[in-house]
Amino acid sequence: MKKMLGKIIASTRMKSPWILHFDCGSCNGCDIEVLACLTPVYDIERFGMVNVGNPMHADILLVTGTVNHRNKKVLTNLYDQMPAPKVVIAIGACGLSGGIFRDAYNVVGGVDRVIPVDVYVPGCPAKPEAIIDGAVLALKKFEVLRQQKLAV
Amino acid sequence: MSNTIIAIIIGFLVAPLVGGLISGLDRIITARLQGRIGPPVWQAFYDVIKLMSKESMVVNVWQAFCAYAYVSAAAIAVVLFFLKSDLLLILFIQAVGAVFLVVGALSSTSPYSQVGAHRELLQILAYEPLIILVIAGIYLETGSFKISAIYDWNQPLIFKLPFLFVALGYALTIKLRKSPFDLSTSHHGHQELVKGVLTDYSGPYLALIEIGHWYDVVLLLGFCSLFWATGAVGMLALLALTYFAEILIDNVTARMTWRWMLGYVWAMGFTLCSVNLIWVILG
Repeated sequence: MKKMLGKIIASTRMKSPWILHFDCGSCNGCDIEVLACLTPVYDIERFGMVNVGNPMHADILLVTGTVNHRNKKVLTNLYDQMPAPKVVIAIGACGLSGGIFRDAYNVVGGVDRVIPVDVYVPGCPAKPEAIIDGAVLALKKFEVLRQQKLAV
Repeated sequence: MSNTIIAIIIGFLVAPLVGGLISGLDRIITARLQGRIGPPVWQAFYDVIKLMSKESMVVNVWQAFCAYAYVSAAAIAVVLFFLKSDLLLILFIQAVGAVFLVVGALSSTSPYSQVGAHRELLQILAYEPLIILVIAGIYLETGSFKISAIYDWNQPLIFKLPFLFVALGYALTIKLRKSPFDLSTSHHGHQELVKGVLTDYSGPYLALIEIGHWYDVVLLLGFCSLFWATGAVGMLALLALTYFAEILIDNVTARMTWRWMLGYVWAMGFTLCSVNLIWVILG
């Protein structure tokens, strides 16, 4: 019974990931590609994905752009407000490592310097196909998190 | 006795399933109107089960209490509807639930939640008098507030109360959170007020509110069904047509301000209701 319930929960988690998109000082290149996923061409709502504006409703945090000393507090705040289970996707060269801005005096670096990142989507900007691929990988991470919780 | 038990089971268990299915169909039709494919028809159930399994984060205990109160009131209202009880009683129980939703949102300090709650109160202010007038019109025509008596009426009420049906349509649009009246929270927009009145409800409590919303959808479609009670085919056709019109209006109109909503709904709604009530009283 418990096993079946777990299976149902796991499958619904795969089918209804709600996405929170945070522009962490990106040049807007990656942001436009993220929003392109919602348009009729890619239509990620087919997979039950919804772009929510509220961290308390979100399952996946998409972060684009470099982290700087100013917005790292905002980023951690958003991450803390998301209820578990949650995964983080860093998008674009800047989100991964700081990109061309990595040596700037105000830049901390990639997203993983501040919060734990589960999936890295490279590109400058990242293509919508790559972002959808990253989201699919993130969904697999939900299953990993569930197994870990069961093992504890 | 057994009929009563069946009615309770249908109202309590089948009604939210139908409500969830309607909301899934709603999302598919909306997507098609926008040139997209849209989610599976069971999407609303996936969402709710996922939300149920999420970590429970509450701002304070009152919020959790209010979520439970909202869903219970909505469920009781629908069960009473299927028991063919008194229309006024059902409306008041539904209103209690609606107010608990607002109180829960007001109990948090988030400005989005607060503004959303105030807008929700204004929406309640806009649609509750209209529903009361619609019920008054039904009483003038059939001589009863009891749903059992209204369902036994020998001809469809829509021929005698067409303007009241339109006024009920305004209430339906507000209650279903459709444009142009989706001020307090919306299914689509997530930018202007984050999620309005639902901002601080999360995880299992958001799931409860979603289930309460399904009950509300069924209840309001139940109110609409009173207007064609002589045959199942006619009733279903009327409900399908009404709901499709709601989706269409949602997709072709923009979100308006609460001032416009209050002025427009009261002016149009009260005019339509008075014309129809005068017609019924004189005719």
